Amino acid sequence: MSNETMLTRRGLFMKIGILFNGLVGTALAVPIVQYLFSSVTRGFGNGYLSWVPLGRVNEFPEGETRLATFRNPYVTPTDGKTADTACWVRRVAGNEFQVFAVNCAHLGCPVRWFPQSGLFMCPCHGGAYYRDGSRASGPPERGLFEYPYRVEDGRIVIHAGELPTPGPSAALSTRKPPCA
Amino acid sequence: MRMIERIGEWFDHRLQIAAPIRDAAEHPVPRNTASWWYVFGSAALVVFLLQLATGILLALIYVPSADQAWNSLQALNHDVALGWFIRALHGWGSNFMVAIVLIHMMQVFLFGAYKFPRELTWIVGVFLLLMTLGMAFTGQVLRFDQDAYWGLGIGASIASRVPVIGAAVVKLMLGGPIIAGATLSRFFALHVFVVPGSLIAFVCLHLLMVLKLGINEWPMPGRIVKRATYESEYHELTKNDGAPFVPYAIWKDMFFAAFILIAVAACAVYFGPFGPTGRPDPTIIQTVPKPDYFFLWLYAVLSLLPPSLETPVLLVGPVIVIVGLLLLPFLSGEGEKSWKRRPIAVLTVLLIAIALGTFTHLAEHAPWSPHMNAWSSEPVPDRMLRSTTALERQGALVFQVKQCRNCHALGEAGGERGPALDRVAVRLTQDQLIRQVIQGGGNMPAYGKNLSPAETTALVAFLGTLHPAGQAPARDDSRETVLGDGADKRPGVQP
Repeated sequence: MSNETMLTRRGLFMKIGILFNGLVGTALAVPIVQYLFSSVTRGFGNGYLSWVPLGRVNEFPEGETRLATFRNPYVTPTDGKTADTACWVRRVAGNEFQVFAVNCAHLGCPVRWFPQSGLFMCPCHGGAYYRDGSRASGPPERGLFEYPYRVEDGRIVIHAGELPTPGPSAALSTRKPPCA
Repeated sequence: MRMIERIGEWFDHRLQIAAPIRDAAEHPVPRNTASWWYVFGSAALVVFLLQLATGILLALIYVPSADQAWNSLQALNHDVALGWFIRALHGWGSNFMVAIVLIHMMQVFLFGAYKFPRELTWIVGVFLLLMTLGMAFTGQVLRFDQDAYWGLGIGASIASRVPVIGAAVVKLMLGGPIIAGATLSRFFALHVFVVPGSLIAFVCLHLLMVLKLGINEWPMPGRIVKRATYESEYHELTKNDGAPFVPYAIWKDMFFAAFILIAVAACAVYFGPFGPTGRPDPTIIQTVPKPDYFFLWLYAVLSLLPPSLETPVLLVGPVIVIVGLLLLPFLSGEGEKSWKRRPIAVLTVLLIAIALGTFTHLAEHAPWSPHMNAWSSEPVPDRMLRSTTALERQGALVFQVKQCRNCHALGEAGGERGPALDRVAVRLTQDQLIRQVIQGGGNMPAYGKNLSPAETTALVAFLGTLHPAGQAPARDDSRETVLGDGADKRPGVQP
């Protein structure tokens, strides 16, 4: 064995020291990564979503679209007003509703409802939607996001809790809600 | 005096830094680099120091909580003595820093300073630019108002488009399912700890390399950079035609830095602090969010891109730009430095500057956004209603009430999303007007379901009057052929 490759006592201790620190570092990294990604992992399996009441059905006149607000089901102590969320509720007829997110399907700006022309218009990049939420014009690639809803004891409840975004998996369903 | 000297010596005996500092200060630089073109790097550093100081001052009052941030900004603006001025200094300092960093980068590019052996200096500089933009964006978020809130929504919408992991990226960015307390806290941590910490480390690296490798010499046309000979040539240059950086060159840096600080302070005093705009309450939807000026160009690009190109451009575009900037010193690490012999470099800079300028200018006017209040605030000009029939006036009313004005201007008032309609009757026949109103098309929504036949008739009758006095409206010959001479020009009226 030549001198260069010979493992000295101190050299061995240094290597063990590196290995030891590596192990401790890895062990510490596990909880750190878990902490860092907790907001992601908590959302797995619809962890943030729950059914939220919007109000009594008869508060929403038939054939009209009204702004409703709800408190996000997942709240932290410092959220303040930011946990209050707005949505557009369209009562088509009877217990048939459409509940739209205010967020434009383009980049999330708040769309406004114009009953006279029957359009939702976005102030940011000029997206426009028809009264049923379908895309009318502008940059959005799809219609407005719709919350699934159901009617319970004369109240309308929606399945909400996440910011709707146009990404493939974050997008809420545009299909007809199951109980419509 | 003796006393001060002795105290100084006592410290240096222990610190041992006087000699390295003197060496760094007096290192020789090529004489012709003592130029006003070489002052932007040091100016960026000085503005960064201003940002550090004012940032710490703001943190004495600011509360990084979604519940209280806006209130603490109001307190800074109105209750704390000169709080408004510190906010204004920090806000204007950020604008100046972005601008100076961009100018510095342009100068370095045009002077060929990224070439051998300064490739790594350039690469670190690219990261410094990205961090500066990151500071600008996170800083805008800390000004937690409506623009910040909806700006985060736009950021989340862009992040969500990342394939497969989009939803996870959004939750990581927001710190939860919605824009709320955790979001502001993590942007505070980014803006105050993570990004500035990296910035300080990278600025030190950047400066260290400038000192070790020497400042880029003034480029001379025909003086070619070759890896084999450059370093000895540069050494010759500083030896034969060099001068100590202090005091030969530094006075220009100092003058310019002081001038920039005065400019920041002047803007702060004259224009005041930025916002905050309305309270960040997501249930207040009467808002027109707009980004700060350094992201206005992006706002314009996002409005003008065809929908199908948006996701690729948003996700792939930045990667191409950043990789291109990082690869630049490897693709042209040798050769000509002078801009006089690099026409493509000059054209590239001009093209980028003009493109960014044009997009920024467009975004200031945002012609693509409907004017949400035009229908109820801009009356139809009187001259357009003079000697009109009752039906045509009814049409003018329909035009206002159905919010056509939000996208179409009359008499230069109203939205610019669609074309101005002052002369629309010259361009479209009655049949074409009816079709356009009912079916939409060409980026106009279809109004068929929202207009009764009577309303459509009235609206088109009004639109048919919109032509210059001396110019007849467009006519459809076939209509007259089919309906005969007695064909009434108004739609829906049978002869």
